[in-house]
Formats: sequence, structure tokens, C-alpha cells
Amino acid sequence: MQQALLDYTLYLADSALILGQRNSAWCGHGPVLEQDIAITNITLDVIGQARSLYQYAAQLKGGETTEDTLAYLRNERDYKNCLLVEQPNGDWGQTILRQFFFSCFQRELYTQLTKEKDATLAAIATKSLKEVNYHCRWSSEWVLRLGDGTPESHTRLVTALENLWPYTGELFKAADYEIALGLDPAPLHKNWFSTVQSTLEEATLSLAPLTSCYMQLGGKTGVHSEELGYILTDLQYMQRTYPGCDW
Amino acid sequence: MNTTPVHKEATKACWQLMDQICDPEVPVLTLNDLGIVRAIDVKSPPTEDGIIEVTITATYSGCPAMDWIANTIKMELSTIGYQSITINHSITPAWTTDWMSEQGKEKLKEYGIAPPEKRFTIPSDGIPCPQCKSEHTRLLSEFGSTSCKALLQCQDCGEPFDYFKCH
Repeated sequence: MQQALLDYTLYLADSALILGQRNSAWCGHGPVLEQDIAITNITLDVIGQARSLYQYAAQLKGGETTEDTLAYLRNERDYKNCLLVEQPNGDWGQTILRQFFFSCFQRELYTQLTKEKDATLAAIATKSLKEVNYHCRWSSEWVLRLGDGTPESHTRLVTALENLWPYTGELFKAADYEIALGLDPAPLHKNWFSTVQSTLEEATLSLAPLTSCYMQLGGKTGVHSEELGYILTDLQYMQRTYPGCDW
Repeated sequence: MNTTPVHKEATKACWQLMDQICDPEVPVLTLNDLGIVRAIDVKSPPTEDGIIEVTITATYSGCPAMDWIANTIKMELSTIGYQSITINHSITPAWTTDWMSEQGKEKLKEYGIAPPEKRFTIPSDGIPCPQCKSEHTRLLSEFGSTSCKALLQCQDCGEPFDYFKCH
């Protein structure tokens, strides 16, 4: 049970951190200043959530483990983030859509966790949920703007949808640790799908071509796409090269 | 908050000290104005062993000022004689702008930041301009210079301004 709780906490932490790491590449490169600030603020929120979760994971693991050793010194196969968050930033449309899918998922997930009997997870979820509501609103507004925008922005969002949709199934497919904790994410799909579908429809995007799409699995149990290795190389370089470096 | 502190005077002095420390990103607000100091527990006053525990909470999960704030509290407490200072970080109950003092809201306004208002739980057009009081204002972005603020512009006086979001 303790192992399942640790794995689950790491799954939540890793997903938040890797999305944060991906998004942080936009810092200074956003399409306009206000949106550059928006995406970096969201990034700060998810990295903050990751920190709270890693601190809890470190406490569960005990010994010499800290939030930093968990983030900086674990290998690819130990990372349990969902595949969606490690997908490339692509263009602004792909980054927006990835954020939208993930934030809407986090909203459902954290709402469930606020009622969780584990007091720490419930507390982190309660705090994070306030932030996630902003992320959902912001990203859905951008999905509308791009999908129902110019022919160029529409085409780009269609491509993003084709690229990202295969990674959404994993969010609702329980890993062993979720089953052990009685936290099957499958029931979260209904609300998530209805939000996503109505926003996409309003943005003049259709899910019809994707109904029989093959869903990729693996991230939650440590089997990642080639992307994660590159991400961790960037993320972990300093601590791997200069162990314990500080400033 | 500590309702019956054993070391009443020492505890009171510490709370007053928190009014001397300002948020590094919104320097017009003290820690007490923000409501981020949740408890002060003087275990032994400076006249004895000087042992204290302070519990703080972050506004937003990723607030980058937390380490600075924790260090500053430690530094200030050590100047009034505390030897052993523990800073605890609590996340529950989650911080809310409801804990911001009325005095803090007034100070924000004078400083040029629109304070949080219940009728604008979701930032929108129409939040009063802190400069000219006009409600003819436009929301530019739900995200501003820090996590806790949104960005607006007054359509009458033309000034852009921050709004401290309800949270």
C-alpha cells in the first residue's frame, strides 16, 4: 500500500514537473508578452504543485530522499508521468491544446482527490485546484480563438489534435498503483470528455475522425516515448554533472 | 492563530515583527496584510533559550518568494534574540485572499493595484481603475506580473494596472 501511494504521488508529481519543464521553454518566446507571462505563470503553478508532491513522496520514501533527488536523480524508467505532457511543444496551438487537455484532466482528478482520505494529497489537491481553474479557462479560451480563428490557426489546431489525441486515453486507464489505492481514473472520463468535446465543437474542430484512434499507453508505468530522455537530459544536466551543486 | 500563547508578550512582539517584513513582489503589503503567517509558537522566549516555530503558507503553489520570506523571517527573529528558529510550511487550509487585511487592500489601491473584490471572482472588464476610479476598464490578461495578479487597462485614463485576483 505504501509503495502504491508513493508510485501514485510520483505519477502526479512527474506529470506536473514534465509539463512545467516543457512549458518553461516558452519563457521569452511567447507570441505576445501577455501570453508569454500567462504560460510562464501556469508553469510556475505546476512546478509548485510538483514540489509539494515531491516533498510528500520524499517523506513517504524516507531516508536520504529529498524533492531534489526525486526530480534530478531518477532515470527515465522511474519517471511515471503520462505521455501527454512529454509531447513536444510544437507550435503555440499544440502547446495550448496539450495544456487544455491536461488542465481539464487535472481539474477532474484534483476534484476527486480533495475527497481522498489521504490528508496530504487532499490538501495539495485543494490548493492546486484553485490554480487549475485558471489554467482551464485560459487554455479553453485559446482553443476557441485558434480553432475558430483564421484558416491558418484552424489548420494548425487540427494537426495538434491529431498529434495529441492518441495520448489522452492513458489518463483514464488505471495503473496498478491506482487500482491498489482504489483511485481508478476511468470515471473521470465522462466529465472530461464532455468539456473537451463541447469546447472543440465551439472551436469548429471535430473529434469524429479520431473515434477509433489507437491510444498509446506506458508513461504511467515508466515506458516513455523517446522524448522523455531528451527532457531529462536538459532538466538533470547540472545535478548529474556537478552533484549537489547549489547557488 | 495561537489563542492562548504561553509567552504572551514575546508572541505579540513576533506578530508585530511580521508587520515589518514586506512581500518582495508586492512590497506595499506586509506578511500580516497578506495573511500568510498562520501561527507563531514561542517555545522559549529570547530571555531564555530563544526557541520558536513559525508556520507560513504560500499564496500560490509555485510562489517563488517563499524561500526569501522564510529566510527573512529567520533573520529578523534572530536579530531579536531567537537562537533556534523553525519555519513550517503549511498547505491546508489553502491560502485565500479572504485573509488579506482591509488595511492591506487600502494600501494596494494607493500603490496602484486594484484589490481583490468578491464581485470580480473571475477577473473581467469593469474592475475599478485604482488611479482614476473609472469602471470603464478592459481585461488584458488573466495573468499579470506575478501569479496573484491579472492585467487590465483603464479606458478613461489609459493607465494599465494590476488586479490582485480573488483566490
